[in-house]
Amino acid sequence: MNRFDYNSSVLTIFLKDFRSELRTRYSLNALLMFVITTIAIIMFAIGQEAPSVEILAGMLWIIIFFSAMSGMSRSFVSEEERGTVMTLHLIATPASVYFGKLLFNLVLMISMNFVTVVLYFLVIPNFVVRSFDVFVVTMFLGTVGLSCSATIIAAIIAKSNTKGTLYPVLSFPILLPLLLTVISATKMAIEGATLSMASGEFQILASHILVITAASYLLFDYVWKD
Amino acid sequence: MNVQVNIEAVDIKKVFNRRVIFSNICFSLKEGSALAITGKNGSGKSTLVKIIAGILTATTGDLIFSINNNEILPINRFKNLGFVSPYLQLYEEFTALENLQIYAGVRKLNFNYEYFLSLLRKVGLFERKDDSVRTYSSGMKQRLKYAFALLHHPALLILDEPQSNLDSEGISIVSEIVKEQKQKGSVIIATNDKADLQYCDKIIDLDLKVNNSNI
Repeated sequence: MNRFDYNSSVLTIFLKDFRSELRTRYSLNALLMFVITTIAIIMFAIGQEAPSVEILAGMLWIIIFFSAMSGMSRSFVSEEERGTVMTLHLIATPASVYFGKLLFNLVLMISMNFVTVVLYFLVIPNFVVRSFDVFVVTMFLGTVGLSCSATIIAAIIAKSNTKGTLYPVLSFPILLPLLLTVISATKMAIEGATLSMASGEFQILASHILVITAASYLLFDYVWKD
Repeated sequence: MNVQVNIEAVDIKKVFNRRVIFSNICFSLKEGSALAITGKNGSGKSTLVKIIAGILTATTGDLIFSINNNEILPINRFKNLGFVSPYLQLYEEFTALENLQIYAGVRKLNFNYEYFLSLLRKVGLFERKDDSVRTYSSGMKQRLKYAFALLHHPALLILDEPQSNLDSEGISIVSEIVKEQKQKGSVIIATNDKADLQYCDKIIDLDLKVNNSNI
């Protein structure tokens, strides 16, 4: 069975990016280094102090937000820099490209957030989650929401000349409702809230994901063309 | 199987940053014919072929692309055309064979390993099929682009500077491909090379905006 013997455009684009990433380490190294250095800086900065629940939850999502900003733009920027955008235009519909890239960013983000959370638990002794189920759902919805928004913003900034600086600046207002909600839900998980107590936060996160994904699907044709 | 490709372009105009690249471009292309687009550097040859391919949109004007009298929308045009140009880039971290397998997968073609090999044999890359494209010369990359363009048996083949970077053996391969394509569908060639014009029935000169039929 050949490694590329499959028959779905979205899956093929995802696997192409996945294998390309394993060979070139375009995003992976940048993301890993960012996570490790940021957590190390936080560890040294905290020292023997015991930060509040709000600060611990906020710091976790600051790491996740900026690591996403340092790695996820590469999905489209690398195609633009290598000049392979036209190749994709010639073989796939815009929707296939968008969902293939989204799937890749999602897998990348889930893997990176897993590493980030494990390191955070190991390095920050005060970070104790009393409600693990709320924490897992929050991490999952936050990661999906971040990936959905970051993918369409990456497609937009890939066409600009100031890719690096524009990405976090453009992402911040779009991701602000999501970040405030995940920080609040993470705080609830640390404090031991039940799933039903956090359901309001989950509804906001799910709505954000739905709205961003639908808007991205509709807008991507215009972003992708010309 | 022979397919009827018809392209009707009416008053095509393209403007980039307030600069008019070309305007009032009109032409038609029927089945089994070959169209050449010529003009000096910067006249908009590549822009025009990208508009025909559906990669760029014209600022004004209509371009109707139909196959067997069924109009093909711009978003689906890629399914029916093959495109070769020096500025087209393939994935250099993959081998030639992997590139073809990726394109076939994205195009949802039936997986046919023997067909991939026959294409690579046709363009003279069989011996290097398992080498990363990064290690290829510019001429070899150009040959691989022909395999990429022919993978899905396109009704229309668009060639922008078809002989770019090719040696004499490569040029013969291209000549053969163009002849075969004229039997199966149509060809559009954007070129300044007089040798390429021999394949073509019509010429559009973007400098003169003249449509010379049957040259």
